[in-house]
Amino acid sequence: MFSWLLAALLIGGVCWGAARWRVAPAAHPGPWRTAMTRFRSQGPAMASVYLLVALVVVTALAPWLVSFAPTDTLIAASEQAPTLTHPFGTDFAGRDVLSRVLYGGQVSLPVAFLSVLLAATIGTAYGAAAGLASERVDGIMMRLIDAVLAIPRLFLLIAVLAIWGNPSVPMLILLLGLTGWFGVSRIVRAEVRALRGEEWMMAADALGASRRRTLWRHVLPNVLSPVIVAATLGVGNIVLLEAALGYLGIGVQPPTPSWGNIIQDGAQALFTVWWMFVFPGLAIVLTAMSFNIAGDALRDALDPRQVGQR
Amino acid sequence: MTGPLLSVRDLRTTFPTPNGPARAVDGVSFDIAPRETVGLVGESGCGKSVTSLSILRLIQPPGRIEAGSRIAFEGTELLTLDERRMRAIRGARISMIFQEPMAALNPVFTVGDQIAEVARVHTTASRREAWSRAVEMMRLTGISDPADRARQYPHELSGGMRQRVMIAMALMMSPPLLIADEPTTALDVTIQAQILELLRELQQRVGMSILLITHDLGVVAETASRVLVMYAGEVVEEAHVHMLFEAPHHPYTEGLLAAVPRLGEARERLRVIPGTVPAATAWPTGCRFHDRCPYAWDRCVAEHPPLYQIGVGQWSRCHLAEEPERRVAHRATSATGIAGSSTARDV
Repeated sequence: MFSWLLAALLIGGVCWGAARWRVAPAAHPGPWRTAMTRFRSQGPAMASVYLLVALVVVTALAPWLVSFAPTDTLIAASEQAPTLTHPFGTDFAGRDVLSRVLYGGQVSLPVAFLSVLLAATIGTAYGAAAGLASERVDGIMMRLIDAVLAIPRLFLLIAVLAIWGNPSVPMLILLLGLTGWFGVSRIVRAEVRALRGEEWMMAADALGASRRRTLWRHVLPNVLSPVIVAATLGVGNIVLLEAALGYLGIGVQPPTPSWGNIIQDGAQALFTVWWMFVFPGLAIVLTAMSFNIAGDALRDALDPRQVGQR
Repeated sequence: MTGPLLSVRDLRTTFPTPNGPARAVDGVSFDIAPRETVGLVGESGCGKSVTSLSILRLIQPPGRIEAGSRIAFEGTELLTLDERRMRAIRGARISMIFQEPMAALNPVFTVGDQIAEVARVHTTASRREAWSRAVEMMRLTGISDPADRARQYPHELSGGMRQRVMIAMALMMSPPLLIADEPTTALDVTIQAQILELLRELQQRVGMSILLITHDLGVVAETASRVLVMYAGEVVEEAHVHMLFEAPHHPYTEGLLAAVPRLGEARERLRVIPGTVPAATAWPTGCRFHDRCPYAWDRCVAEHPPLYQIGVGQWSRCHLAEEPERRVAHRATSATGIAGSSTARDV
């Protein structure tokens, strides 16, 4: 009971703080500031940001919020429907589902963030390299991407994991990151190609800027916004993908909980132990949805064609 | 220094196309003396901008400067310089300002940042020093409240202000040579005059040479001391500015001057040079201007004219230099009426 009160207070506090948080109005707002102002004026987007922040905080504070460890087996209390002691019920081994969902978030969310970070980094580097390369090299690099994109990602992951078996969490992050950057690299490459035609790129050359300087100062800041949008949408996708892998039993390995494998634990009796998929499912859906809404709003906010609107 | 600051010899820049190589600049030679302003004029597509980009070696592949071309700057051959040393020249010894300042400024940085960057690239100045030098440059280019303006983004400034920012960037390192590619074309007429005045003033102060690229003969008359007229990738006439306006020799120059409307001259329509600049993949044989030239005769189709010396400091790439009587004859016939002009075109 106490933990619930604490959770409610925390979520409330975070939302209140975020709502009060204001950037001091600048005399000459830059493009980033302007975009943030636009983003903050979108209700659903801000709501999803609050929700995500709350979710992260709650999962991070799981040890202080729940009275059962995620691997504590209470055989006497197995497969219990939600009660006050076990608000999300218990699973077949008598483990507290609330605890497992919160601790599962400690796995699922970092897996999603880190693998997207990895994917965005590789994708940006590869895309920028292709975009700045000569026509020939660019052609080869992009045909390679076309080739890999022809293989469905889930299929690829299943194949790799079937060979590999029981991946550790860092391994899973690596795998998800390494299979997730193709789309980003295409976006970045297209942006860089377009930037190359810009006169200020030529002007930077004319002023004696080096290649590396041009890349860091002029190219990357200008391709950052589509990458941020793609990454935000990507996190939502990875949460779903990781859940799918967990459900198939080839993702995060038990007994470590993840949102996907909790549902898998209840899969044999889906209709009787409904709490086994409703609660982790809710966590998955809310996270993925929030990231998608936030990503869409970011896309609108960062769209240069909307400068001056709103 | 007694020799020229910049010496371009036999510059050829080509771009491969599906229809064969486009010879955008085809054997251009000229000198620029210290503190001199040289105008480079001609229609769009005649090779002016490619010439200026070639000097800075900014031709994007697959375009390339052909072997045999030579560009000497302060006694150094630029075309054989390694990329690192070339970068040290760009922006510090030779600067360039562009036609459309909005397009030439990075939209995501403040203008102060972008001016300061030049000092950061070429000197070991700290961020703070570079910034204060940027503000000082903005003051020099006549921007009011430079400390405040420096924190603005390009889209917040007017066209004239942006061009001043570009000039501040270009002159940050006090370069001996400034290449100004249509610096006033995108601006209002009143702002044009201000920017030209500013360039003149800064030229005095810094003691630099200017290569002024423009299609506007008015701008040339106001600022340049010597003029190069380009047509179809070649210099077709070179003369001191007074001579060019008083006694143009090449028929193309004549045509350009005739196309400028003059105050107090009643004219139903503006005179134009018929036709357009031919494609760079297939320059006409003989004289490249012959299909648009009112004087052209059979020799012009058959024989490519060299640069004939016409007088002191005046050269013209036209066979009329050897057969001046044809110009007189043409004028006489065209004065008699329509028949004259048609015969001239048919020959």
